[in-house]
Amino acid sequence: MVRRWGALMGRLLQPVLVILWKDILLELRSRDVVVSVAVFGLVVAVVFQFALNVTPRLVNQLAPGILWVAFALAGVLVMNRTFVREKEQGGLEGLLLTPVSRDAIFLGKALATLVLMLTVEGVLLPVFAVMLGFSGFSWELLVTIGLVTLGFVTVGTLFSAIAVQTRSREIMLPVLFFPIILPALIGGVEVSGSAMAGRGLGEMGLWLPLIGVFDAVFLVICPWVFTYVVEE
Amino acid sequence: MFTPARLLALLGGALMLVNVYLIFMVAPTDAVLGNVQRVFFFHVPMAIMSFLAFGVVFVASIVYLAGRKPGWDRVAHASAEVGLVFVSLALVTGIIWARPVWGVWWTWEPRLTTTLILWLIYAGYLIIRSYAPNRERGAVYSAVVGIVGFVDVPIVYYSVQWWRSIHPSAVVGPFADSGALEPVMQVVLLVSFAAFLALFVYLVVERTALRRSEDDLRTLRFALANGQP
Repeated sequence: MVRRWGALMGRLLQPVLVILWKDILLELRSRDVVVSVAVFGLVVAVVFQFALNVTPRLVNQLAPGILWVAFALAGVLVMNRTFVREKEQGGLEGLLLTPVSRDAIFLGKALATLVLMLTVEGVLLPVFAVMLGFSGFSWELLVTIGLVTLGFVTVGTLFSAIAVQTRSREIMLPVLFFPIILPALIGGVEVSGSAMAGRGLGEMGLWLPLIGVFDAVFLVICPWVFTYVVEE
Repeated sequence: MFTPARLLALLGGALMLVNVYLIFMVAPTDAVLGNVQRVFFFHVPMAIMSFLAFGVVFVASIVYLAGRKPGWDRVAHASAEVGLVFVSLALVTGIIWARPVWGVWWTWEPRLTTTLILWLIYAGYLIIRSYAPNRERGAVYSAVVGIVGFVDVPIVYYSVQWWRSIHPSAVVGPFADSGALEPVMQVVLLVSFAAFLALFVYLVVERTALRRSEDDLRTLRFALANGQP
């Protein structure tokens, strides 16, 4: 029984992992997303520093916002790339021709984007912590970044698949993406602010559950509508 | 002569005339806010009608994705357009009201913020249509935006509300402390609701019919160009 369950899960998960590995391998060989996006994130931090003049007294107020604006903008850049390769080289047609469910394609692409974004954020977070002068390492902060990024990539993968089919896709993705992810973004800023101020999970109210609800809702809806987006 | 759409137009037009008369001649002047309070009789029904419109978009989008009947897409498209007009007017009337009453044109209060986000989502809904590679794709993509966006709205509302409750809030909602409306005002508001509902239904019906004519015309042109009868 257990073995049969394992085999079933394996059959469902295998295509997801294959797609994930394909994208990671592509990134490992080309390195054209993580490096450029991480550099872009640094540029955002520098721009904010000069636009807002973040003095030590203001760090706890401004740092969460700067962090999440940088993450969100970097996220759009990563997601713009998610389906570009598939589109340019006809990879999506190939994927759709394989006997794999559309949900698996969605989850594979979303997981790959999640890995890329977490990598970028992993590079940016310590640099931001040093440059702006906040404490970047607390479990609360890391959990928040993980949960919010999960919501980002779930919504972003769907809209990336749409945007790549349209004219002027670089504009379409942020126009669709930012209004929808607003709750996750607000939650991320609020919880990060509390975490940076050294408060515990108990004092953060319902923000983490709210982000969790956001993730859960879109993890159900996005794969479902994705099947209609990629059909041809 | 008397098609349903024309009857709706007559009914809506008559209601709207009565409505304007009631708002400016019958409704008493607000004791605290003065005449600017009359904006409220336009503002609230238009805001509610835009929510109704986006609800129609949501349902029609689901039915369209499930069955691919172009009629449902036309309803969704028409409703989104009318809803965007209503939500724009609700925002503008709200801004006109807020300046004398709150002293600011705009504040990041939950209802205002959520309405602005609504505007952005359904602007995206219409933009994605015109940027799609063809008509069917545009219908599917915008249906996706219509579904995802509508589901997102309550989450946006709660998140902005909690966000506001943490930060000091400079203003209070219009009826947070002033209690219920006067009976006459309630009647005027109800008539206004009816008038704007009639207007909304009429606009959607006409726009849907117009879209169908456009589609028929396109089909005929295509058939002619290809030499088919």
